[in-house]
Amino acid sequence: MIAKPTFPDLLHAPGAQIGKPVSRVDGRLKVTGAAKYAGEFNVPGLLHGYIVSSTIAKGRITRIDTSAALKVPGVVQVFTHENRPSLAWFDRKWKDQDAPKGSPFRPLHDDRIVHSLQPVALVIAESLELARYGARLVEVEYEAEPHQTDLHANRENTFTPGKDKGGFEPPPPPRGDADKALADADVTVDLEFTQAAEYHNPMEMHASTVLYGEDGTLTVHDKTQGALNSQTYICNVFNLSKSQVRVVSPFVGGAFGSGLRPQHQLFMAVLAATELKRSVRVELSRPQMFSFGHRPETIQRVALGASKDGTLQAIIHEAVQESSQFENYVEIVVNWSGQQYRCDNVRLDYKLSRLDLHTPLDQRAPGAATGVPALEIAMDELAYKLGMDPVELRLKNYTDIDPNSGNPFSSKELRACFRQGAERFGWSGRKLEPRSMREGRELIGWGMAAGVWDAMQGQANARAVLGLDGKLTVASATADIGTGTYTVMTQIAAEVLGLPIEDVTFNLGDSSLPMAPIEGGSWTVSSVGSAVKAVCDMVRGRLVKLAGKMEGSPLGDAAEEDVVFADGHMSLRGDPSKRVAIVEVMRASGTQSIEEEARSIPYYLKRSKHAFGTHSAIFAEVRVDEDLGTVRVTRVVSAIAAGRIINPKTARSQILGAVVWGMGMGLEEEAMLDHRLGRVMNHDLAEYHVPVNADVHDIDVIFVEEHDDVVNPLGAKGVGEIGIVGVPAALSNAIFHATGVRVRDLPITVDKIRKGMR
Amino acid sequence: MRSFSYGRADSVQSAVKDIAGNQAAPDAANATVKLVAGGTNLLDLMKADVMRPVRLVDITRLPLKTIEETAEGGLRLGALMTNADTAYDERVQARYPMLSKAILAGASAQLRNMATNGGNLLQRTRCYYFYDTATPCNKREPGSGCGALHGVNRIHAILGVSEHCIAVHPSDMAVALAALDATVRVTGPGGERAIPIGEFHRLPGDTPHIDTTLRADEIITGIELPAQGFAAHSTYLKARDRASYAFALISAAVALELDGGTIREARLALGGVAHKPWRDRAAEAALAGQPATRDSFRAMADAVLRDAKGYEHNSFKIDLARSVILRAFEEAAGLEPS
Ligand SMILES: Cc1cc2nc3c(=O)[nH]c(=O)nc-3n(C[C@H](O)[C@H](O)[C@H](O)COP(=O)(O)OP(=O)(O)OC[C@H]3O[C@@H](n4cnc5c(N)ncnc54)[C@H](O)[C@@H]3O)c2cc1C
Repeated sequence: MIAKPTFPDLLHAPGAQIGKPVSRVDGRLKVTGAAKYAGEFNVPGLLHGYIVSSTIAKGRITRIDTSAALKVPGVVQVFTHENRPSLAWFDRKWKDQDAPKGSPFRPLHDDRIVHSLQPVALVIAESLELARYGARLVEVEYEAEPHQTDLHANRENTFTPGKDKGGFEPPPPPRGDADKALADADVTVDLEFTQAAEYHNPMEMHASTVLYGEDGTLTVHDKTQGALNSQTYICNVFNLSKSQVRVVSPFVGGAFGSGLRPQHQLFMAVLAATELKRSVRVELSRPQMFSFGHRPETIQRVALGASKDGTLQAIIHEAVQESSQFENYVEIVVNWSGQQYRCDNVRLDYKLSRLDLHTPLDQRAPGAATGVPALEIAMDELAYKLGMDPVELRLKNYTDIDPNSGNPFSSKELRACFRQGAERFGWSGRKLEPRSMREGRELIGWGMAAGVWDAMQGQANARAVLGLDGKLTVASATADIGTGTYTVMTQIAAEVLGLPIEDVTFNLGDSSLPMAPIEGGSWTVSSVGSAVKAVCDMVRGRLVKLAGKMEGSPLGDAAEEDVVFADGHMSLRGDPSKRVAIVEVMRASGTQSIEEEARSIPYYLKRSKHAFGTHSAIFAEVRVDEDLGTVRVTRVVSAIAAGRIINPKTARSQILGAVVWGMGMGLEEEAMLDHRLGRVMNHDLAEYHVPVNADVHDIDVIFVEEHDDVVNPLGAKGVGEIGIVGVPAALSNAIFHATGVRVRDLPITVDKIRKGMR
Repeated sequence: MRSFSYGRADSVQSAVKDIAGNQAAPDAANATVKLVAGGTNLLDLMKADVMRPVRLVDITRLPLKTIEETAEGGLRLGALMTNADTAYDERVQARYPMLSKAILAGASAQLRNMATNGGNLLQRTRCYYFYDTATPCNKREPGSGCGALHGVNRIHAILGVSEHCIAVHPSDMAVALAALDATVRVTGPGGERAIPIGEFHRLPGDTPHIDTTLRADEIITGIELPAQGFAAHSTYLKARDRASYAFALISAAVALELDGGTIREARLALGGVAHKPWRDRAAEAALAGQPATRDSFRAMADAVLRDAKGYEHNSFKIDLARSVILRAFEEAAGLEPS
């Protein structure tokens, strides 16, 4: 049934569990190695697949010779476009929950090559080593065609996408006349920003293990952010019924968006398993992790105009991003600039350029992580032109309503983020002037930026079973990609029913569980958490009713709102002596177990009248070696407003990880393409740089108080993404403060800093 | 990875016997029977199908894991001692601090625990094109062309290049050894010989597939350090893209012998600039007798980099090298920041 959120204020005075820094309930399994990942499920006779990747970026396969590979003892089969079975015909069958407009990529479909590292063959063998060896023996000849992978060369070759992907909103129409206001403004900046493509590269590489049942059913261990998404894809593509396919994914070793779409290793493993009627595993190599979605390369222009007192008069934000030849990947890059500050003249523009690369893919805070830093560096530059403190400039143009929609924010404690972040950091002592601090051979700089991300919610279902032993099991087909889903859902359920954490088990990552959307966009606490709360509310209601029927009930005919659940007991509000154990209530009524299933849906009506967002203020200290131009990020304070924080420990971990990634995005991460080959060249973790421990120093996280009755029944917004947004800008601004050098081309590597310092 | 046979050597002689069939190969890098030590480089390259030995001879049990005093007052480092044990050895730290620092600037703690001194010298370039068999590379496939020359060449060489190859040698340890004038001790079918470190690695010329002068039927048994370790005035400075676990953009091992404020002897070896650790003995000699000042070091840097040549993405390295050299000498000479 669809549950109305009962007792909307139940959680206003959170009790035992919500808000507590509970350690991960799955932590022990993870650190002892008992948690198994998709590539770790073994059965006797398991076959292994290794993918052969295209060496060209565009063209045709003219000949593919698998005979040498097939001669190797232990190589079982080689699949190519020439011998694959007939599969789903229509594009819609290949679409998944996160697919943008277009024709999804179909592995081994035909002889066409549409990007470098495209899978062109799958070698199946008795061991991984044999499969990999066999893959080296597959001979592929190509007829190459001219390709385009250079966004800069194709920046004029663009089109304006529509509402081409779920969750995407094209920029709103212009407000006022931004170009005129810019021309008339007292003070202006007009700047170009570039951002390199980034590949997700979670620690765990994508893998799928398909266990082939005697009856032909498939149990698929997949690395995914949505077990149901993978299940639907498999059923549609291979024309199987849902009862034949179960996708299981209890643990995911990081994903960051890379698991939002079924990746080609899943297709490959299912193809081989169904054709050979055997269990098969296919795992990507690290270089092959550069063969699919990525954060797209972007070129942006931000122009700001202000009057002398700092009041914004004009905002122009334009972006060009890469997409593939076959899909329109879109993300919200520029809209934030119409939302973050009060301004009457705003023009936002977003375009795509088609390149011969794989379709990009959501990556942690997609769009915002790219667009907001451009705005926030521009704001810093404007502050310098105005001679104004960068925090002051932001406060001057602060808005409590969303200028894009005209709606008030359901809550927005960004002011508190500025205040508390600045205080913790010690910002007030800062001299505006660049190169004003040094120690030894290092120039010291302080920079700040604001961040913003959505606070979305989707529909989700959850099931709860309360047993006579007092143990509660709650389940939903969501995922835990390391974010702490297991833990926070356990807390929410334990809170509603007043149970100790140890008595609650939460199950996820299984397509046989109640429906949940893909885990992305920081909406899992909001969507699934609301469903968990709803279903536990229903169990509560059942218990109150049963208690009322109990002979000599200690609670009499108390109404639901008069019953307090704590420590496995129900008691009368205001009279704790009137108390009965939950299991007692069940036993007395002869109830073996209470089972409920609920669906939670967003407060659509309330939502339509509000704007939603999580907000942040980031303060950073960098030390730049004056001789060498190398940067150390010695201090970061990230102040976050994200509604109620269900678990400050797991939430803090999310922000820490995101700040570290923001450092990578700002200073290190970059896919280097050889445009002659149309290929990423630094495709391993030795040369594709992400921050290492030695790069990470002091990071301080603040969650400011933020009360929100509108966003969802929990008042919680989700913190998976907000932490990265704005970090690159804070670093770029700090580097400017240290050195006087502006770098608007991310990542800010030593060569770019030195170029400015000469 | 291709299939290969595996054997374990129980003595230097048996290892040499096992690789005797290699003699036709132009150098150790091109051998078909490969010695394997820590495996941190060789196994990666085999998985990437860049190296395709038919046989691996495991030498990890050979008794070459000690550090011994030499008759000349130096130290002899066993070829199979790990990089970590070498760097943390008290004698190395006290007498050759620059070497210890160089080793610890390389790779990561985990890798250094596996990596051996012999393997470190023979690690192969990290050029992207060398690693990617879908692209041309004269080092991997002679005659196929150099992908990096007009490709992604941010990490490539600025000195001693040829049109056939602009790869750099990635080792940090070797740079310090070059500055110290170490000697590589090797054993082959004809017995032992010594190769001065400066002649061990080579420039690419038109045979970039040949990395070193170590013959394919020889094994490294140790590395000898001369008595002079420049402990008082030396350092190793590495500029890189992140604080650890990144190869050098530019590194410098510098050493000074000072007589008050006057330079008696100067050494400089550069990493990240060429196909081998780069020394310029003329520029070093010119420093002798000069005052240990910034001006002298600047002139030295200019002389060393006189013929440096940049490509599309790595031109910044020339100026970075100048800064690294200057800074390293300043530190070695104990000059305060200006
Ligand atoms: C991600 C990564 C980052 C790294 N970063 C750095 C860095 O910053 N700086 C740096 O200097 N290094 C770095 N390294 C390289 C590392 O130092 C080398 O891989 C290591 O030193 C090789 O030693 P090994 O014993 O493992 O050699 P192996 O891989 O076992 O062998 C390498 C080669 O040496 C030969 N060989 C080994 N021992 C002998 C011997 N006794 N006689 C003759 N031939 C022999 C082998 O046949 C093989 O050809 C990095 C490596 C990785 C994987």
